[in-house]
Amino acid sequence: MTWRSPLALVRDALQGQRARERELRSLVSNLPYEGQEKGKQPNRFFLSNAIKTTKYSLLLFLPMNLYEQFHRLANLYFVGLAILNFIPVVNAFQPEVALIPICVIMFLTALKDGWEDFRRYQSDRKVNNTPCFVYSRREKQYVERRWKDVRVGDFVRVVSNEIVPADLLLLYSSDPNGVCHLETANLDGETNLKQRIVVSGLGAANLGFEPESFNSAVVCERPNSNLNHFKCFVEKPDKDKVGASIESLLLRGCTVRNTNHAVGFVVYAGHETKAMLNNNGSRYKRSKLERKLNVDVFFCLILLFAMCLIGAFGHYLWLESLPGVPSFLVPDSNGHLDVPSLESFYMFFTMIILLQILIPISLYVSIELVKVGQIFFITNDIDLYDEETDSRVQCRALNITEDLGQIEYVFSDKTGTLTENKMVFRRCSVMGTEYPHKENAIRLDVIDEPESEEEVIFNQHQQLPRSRWSLEAEGISPPDTQRHGRRRKSKVAANAHSDAAFSSPLETEVIPDQKLLQQISRAESSGGRRDGNRSFDPHLDFFLALAICNTVVVSAENAHRQRECTSPQSSQMRNPLETFSSLVKKAGAFFQRDKRNRTLSEDPVIDSAKTEDEADANRLRTCSLHAPSQNGSAIVEAEELCYEAESPDEAALVYAARAYGFILLARTPDSVTVRLPSGEDLVFEVLDTLTFDSNRKRMSVLVRHPVTKDYVLYTKGADYSIMELLGTPYAENFSGIEKNVAADTQYHLDCYAKEGLRTLCITKKVVSESTYQSWLGERKRAQAAMECREELIMQTAVQLETNLTLLGATGIEDRLQEKVPDTIVALREAGIHVWVLTGDKPETAVNIGYACRLLEEEDLVINMSCKNKVTCTAILDCTLEEVRRYRDDPRNAGTTQNISLVIDGNTLDMAKSPDLQERFVELTKHCRSVLCCRVTPLQKSAVVKLVREKLKVMTLAVGDGANDVNMIQAADVGIGISGQEGMQAVMASDFAISRFKHLKKLVLVHGHWCYTRLANMIIYFFYKNVAYVNLLFWYQFFCGFTATTMIDYWLMIFFNLFFTSTPPIMFGIFDKDVSVEVLQGVPELYRTGQGKGEYNFLTFWIAILDAFYQSLVCFFIPYLAYQDSDVDLFTFGTPLNTAALFTILLHLGIEIKSWTLVHWIIMLGSVALYFIVTLAYTATCVTCNPPSNPYWILQNQMADPMFYLIVTLCTVVALLPRYTFHVLKNSVAPSPLLQGRQLDRMDPSTRDQWIKEWRGFRGGAPAKRYELSDPPSPTLETPVDFFPEFLPDSNFMGDDLSLNVITESRQRAVHT
Amino acid sequence: MMASSYNAKEEDGHHSGSSTHGGTGAPKNKKPDNTAFKQQRLPAWQPILTAGTVLPAFFVIGLMFIPIGIGLYVTSNNIKEYEVDYTGVEPNSPCYDCANNFTWNSTTPCVCTVTFTLTQPFESNVYMYYGLSNFYQNHRRYVKSRDDSQLNGVQSSLTNPSKECEPYRTNPETKQPIAPCGAIANSLFNDTLELYYSQPDGNTSKVTLVKTGIAWYTDKHVKFRNPGNDKDNLTERFKGTAKPVNWLKPVYELDPSDSENNGFINEDFIVWMRTAALPTFRKLYRIIQKKPDSTPTLASGKYVLKITYNYPVRSFDGRKRMILSTISWMGGKNPFLGIAYITVGSICFFLGVVLLIIHHKYDTRSNSADIPN
Repeated sequence: MTWRSPLALVRDALQGQRARERELRSLVSNLPYEGQEKGKQPNRFFLSNAIKTTKYSLLLFLPMNLYEQFHRLANLYFVGLAILNFIPVVNAFQPEVALIPICVIMFLTALKDGWEDFRRYQSDRKVNNTPCFVYSRREKQYVERRWKDVRVGDFVRVVSNEIVPADLLLLYSSDPNGVCHLETANLDGETNLKQRIVVSGLGAANLGFEPESFNSAVVCERPNSNLNHFKCFVEKPDKDKVGASIESLLLRGCTVRNTNHAVGFVVYAGHETKAMLNNNGSRYKRSKLERKLNVDVFFCLILLFAMCLIGAFGHYLWLESLPGVPSFLVPDSNGHLDVPSLESFYMFFTMIILLQILIPISLYVSIELVKVGQIFFITNDIDLYDEETDSRVQCRALNITEDLGQIEYVFSDKTGTLTENKMVFRRCSVMGTEYPHKENAIRLDVIDEPESEEEVIFNQHQQLPRSRWSLEAEGISPPDTQRHGRRRKSKVAANAHSDAAFSSPLETEVIPDQKLLQQISRAESSGGRRDGNRSFDPHLDFFLALAICNTVVVSAENAHRQRECTSPQSSQMRNPLETFSSLVKKAGAFFQRDKRNRTLSEDPVIDSAKTEDEADANRLRTCSLHAPSQNGSAIVEAEELCYEAESPDEAALVYAARAYGFILLARTPDSVTVRLPSGEDLVFEVLDTLTFDSNRKRMSVLVRHPVTKDYVLYTKGADYSIMELLGTPYAENFSGIEKNVAADTQYHLDCYAKEGLRTLCITKKVVSESTYQSWLGERKRAQAAMECREELIMQTAVQLETNLTLLGATGIEDRLQEKVPDTIVALREAGIHVWVLTGDKPETAVNIGYACRLLEEEDLVINMSCKNKVTCTAILDCTLEEVRRYRDDPRNAGTTQNISLVIDGNTLDMAKSPDLQERFVELTKHCRSVLCCRVTPLQKSAVVKLVREKLKVMTLAVGDGANDVNMIQAADVGIGISGQEGMQAVMASDFAISRFKHLKKLVLVHGHWCYTRLANMIIYFFYKNVAYVNLLFWYQFFCGFTATTMIDYWLMIFFNLFFTSTPPIMFGIFDKDVSVEVLQGVPELYRTGQGKGEYNFLTFWIAILDAFYQSLVCFFIPYLAYQDSDVDLFTFGTPLNTAALFTILLHLGIEIKSWTLVHWIIMLGSVALYFIVTLAYTATCVTCNPPSNPYWILQNQMADPMFYLIVTLCTVVALLPRYTFHVLKNSVAPSPLLQGRQLDRMDPSTRDQWIKEWRGFRGGAPAKRYELSDPPSPTLETPVDFFPEFLPDSNFMGDDLSLNVITESRQRAVHT
Repeated sequence: MMASSYNAKEEDGHHSGSSTHGGTGAPKNKKPDNTAFKQQRLPAWQPILTAGTVLPAFFVIGLMFIPIGIGLYVTSNNIKEYEVDYTGVEPNSPCYDCANNFTWNSTTPCVCTVTFTLTQPFESNVYMYYGLSNFYQNHRRYVKSRDDSQLNGVQSSLTNPSKECEPYRTNPETKQPIAPCGAIANSLFNDTLELYYSQPDGNTSKVTLVKTGIAWYTDKHVKFRNPGNDKDNLTERFKGTAKPVNWLKPVYELDPSDSENNGFINEDFIVWMRTAALPTFRKLYRIIQKKPDSTPTLASGKYVLKITYNYPVRSFDGRKRMILSTISWMGGKNPFLGIAYITVGSICFFLGVVLLIIHHKYDTRSNSADIPN
């Protein structure tokens, strides 16, 4: 290090600051400057790659931690009091001793912080010292360096399975196509591989990359945290600019896969990497309980103030009443006595010090400890563990566990949350003809069956909606044994495949529809293959589109991901229970070739499976017949392909295409290889991919047909986004077919939607050469643009996607997750309003709503959908009126309201407007469930906020995708489902679960427990402190309000810190009021925590009053017993202290609902600790703690029978009212929770019987079905008169104003 | 959440690895242990407080408390106690003059006598107390105003008493440290009580008052010690110290008759130094030993209490009493505990009956649920 003038240093620092702040950064290679001093380095201003996530440093730990801790008001309060104690005129205790509690508390907190920080330091060090390869000019090769030594401008080589050390601009990849595969699981949890492409146009990159020859400047934007966005261009020496985007950026923390090695240029390092910028630490939320708690702390403060005032005033009166100057009044050192008013002024502060523990000092620390314990148990719950993904429930927000117990509104996403988000191809429509895929439906239905008979007894009618899914199965019912066998197998197979994304057998196996197969083979034989010309059959085109129009990454199943642990892969390979489709295929091949026959027979399991599926296999032969025999080995190869898609829909479509013989073999950025059923491999040149975005709601792939050399654009997308772009019907090219494909397809689409399928339209467009060329120019301009690149790119996409030709549509089923209906019903019974917010079409959404029992057959379903505000207002008013009438109707008294609302995004927007929101909220308050369709992410969060703020209720949002992040963050409790769509939702959430069904136990059981435990613990804590402090307060009446304590100060400190601190913490962690079974069986018990819950104004003040009573008893019984005796001060305090200990502990004993071994140990341990510590203390402390000097006091007392008599009497009298009250309440008016506990005591079979009967009774009561007095829909047309000025034309009538009440006569989905 | 998110993941991995070490040993298995503790399924006793279940408890408490209460009450009633108020507030009381002419440093003691009659003889040991009322020995600053090290015989504290003793730490004139220092010692009760029995034949005989054994054994032998070594005489050991301002005699002359009861280990002093809990209190003064023969310790008849009246109580409206009491295992006479026990026992019994009725009326269902575990 050479010395540099301070001025230069300052200048440098300023320069660096400016360089970092600049919008655009220009980076050059470090290599020419290698070995030069720091001042000459061009990239010296940018942060190095070393990271430091620790909060403290070794030297500054103490001051910084203290500073942190003093941010807590409570700590300040106690330190303030301790300091007050140092002022001689007001001190109550020895000042040094008074510091102990706060010091202990702060020391514990500091210890915890320090330990956490140390762990961070360790992990930082580990990360910083990870080796990586950086190019060195001196050594002419890549040398090993540490991560922390990597600097911006370096060239870093990463090899397969290595973690990327910094944000790298990809300049070279060993892959011939210039692709580098990346796994971003560390960043966002997405396990599918992502492709990153080498920045194009940087010379002969494929021939090996010479870092030294890199003489361009990389201009990139200022670091930001957006993981999916990066703007940069490389400026070559000849001023030629090459754009680069996130597609070329290797992010720090990602893992390189499937690529031998790659070289990147460091653009951001260390804390400026996107990964680190996204690292904003854990979330801190304040729970509702804690907010209430703070109010009560404030009440305690008032109470304290009042008591101190009483003390001060009492002292004044006492001094005034003295006739002279008695010898027990001690003057100050000058022999001077203050006047009574001044004395009592001082006394006020002394009293504050004396009674300070009225504010529970250890409450906050205890709450934190309790929450840690609660989280430990939540995360360790085996029921919330998902085998498939090997994940437990994650608690990301550490301090809102109890909020789970107070939820009143649940907002749920649909796709991926209620459903698997594992898409299964169900049916399709090609050229206006519907192919129902019946066999497929049967197979799915078999898997769909309830897993076992004992599932949930009281949910029998659950099967009812499910039957809808199996309607197609009618008539064809395979033998039962076969069903079971298959189901089991597919389950096992699902587990075996859990590791590979989207390749569970459900999606991969598609049984082709026979009619469609024939259609294809006919088309193939007739013209497609021979002519290879324009009259390519639309059926073939349809499947080509399915195979091509996507972004699916193909990888070989056995080698698709080389990880450290290869066991799942190997088991997958050896797993005899191969996927169903491959079985079918193999079976098909078996009929073809004798060789394969032998290999198959060697495996008995497959053999048995084979016979089961022989029928299917037979059917399949029709298609395999075309496969030339020399391609037999290629079939095997194709079977091992594994498709990884960002969206599961795409994977489902590719698998569907594969089932029909259109096998996607490979995909590179420039080409797609597809094998046709004929065995021919076609390599399509991919000219461009117009990726999916939520505005266009479609994606396209522009390819060049290898045979016809046509530019073909395949587009797929949502029906409403596609239908308006259709050009000339494809059918016109066909002379024979005279039908309106679009209309028929639309009809099929509607049917699909009603069935709850996700629909996609598939289109094709042939682009002329000239059009393409002109478009290409625009496209390139757009891609190189630095400003508003996204918009420009989207515009170019829109330009091309016109005049499309409809090929057909697909219906993809997104199956409900297991036990979703059960969970929703349970949540509803728990008094929770369930809202489902989805982007789906209303028809799909309603259907799913019925399937998951969000809507019930007997519900009154209000369907709100209108296009303008006037109608919206009218509908709202009308419905509200109707709902009120329904509620006020005496016939409905006592019945539960079964009103559900279905609303679409547009209407929702109107209803949310300020003038209508009151009415809307009022309406939803009456609705048991609400289904919002076609809502955007922003609307989702707006709805959550609206409900949360207007109704002042606890809300929970659950979702799995990036589109749910807003909603999750807006709700009081956000739950992320770590599913198929990555981890954004999980990152934003407070709790992360892996299945929707886990919500039931998480909320109903853990939520209830956490809330009850914590609520009771906090109440108890307040009680405990008030009861104990009041002992001192009552004594003031007998010592002239001079703030004397009759309990040794050390024992007082110990009393709070040790003797009575663990039992409440244990109570908060372990107590179990009602068992899991009953809580899940009787979700109604959850209602006890909702709204005000158990911790409310009343319970708080009852606890305080009880504390006053108990302290009165504990004080006055010894007082009366020792009145006018020779008892001395601290001997008098001993039975008081002991009685208080027993009272306080046994009070908890009354509150504890279940005594496990832990309870016994801690309770008895506390008592034992009290006696052992006190005995030891009084046996050793002769003059150690003036003035109390408790030497031998307890020993003396314990030899005195009076001690025991007094303590017993105090304890009994103090606890008698509470005990009796509990007994009377439990006997005369038992709470639901108590009834739940009584259920607990029965043996399981009796209990289930009870629950069932009870349910039956309750379920039967509201059977009185609501009959509408008059249907509201016709009357709705009348309010036209009310808004004459708003009605420009008759459009109003034509508006799809619909308020229809759907009852059990609801239209079923039309099945073809 | 990136860089540390993968750290966190690694940590999680470690963590779960360590927590599942007993399990199958699969490296990435995060499956929680299926133990009773972690799954919160520990066997538990779950009492439900209903009338039916707690009935026995109420009856048991009732049946236990009432006999205890009766026992206590009887014991307390058997204790004989006699109290003489000699404050001298009323003009006709014998100590009126002494009470009015008081000064702390009067050299001539004022003596008054009070006669009283015991109607019943006192058997066994009789304890003689002096009682003060309205004397707030529990005043916070008063309680603190002592130096226990000094009283424990620590030499340094003898010459340099604790600051807590202010303003009774050093003699204002001589600047000598006060031994024993502090307000408690300074306000030592210094009346002298003597008891005479007026025999029926007219003679008076002095009742022997034992002045040792009145303090706690531990106080006398552990907490309180005279400074210096045993060889020197007491005067030597307290050399260089001043007597408390209110005292007439220095500490080493408290009991001239008994060297073992002098200095800091004087039992009257020790008893006084054990500050009373309540403003009205009594302190043991003397013990009248039971006579070896079968005659009562104090026969019934007339007694004369001779008081050397030194202690002022008018400044706080106090009263001074002399109490003679026998004691039992439960201490002095106090009927409260007995009555309380009887009352609480009766209440519990009554509640038991009420609960029994309630049980029959309401608790029918919980009976069926009362299958033990």
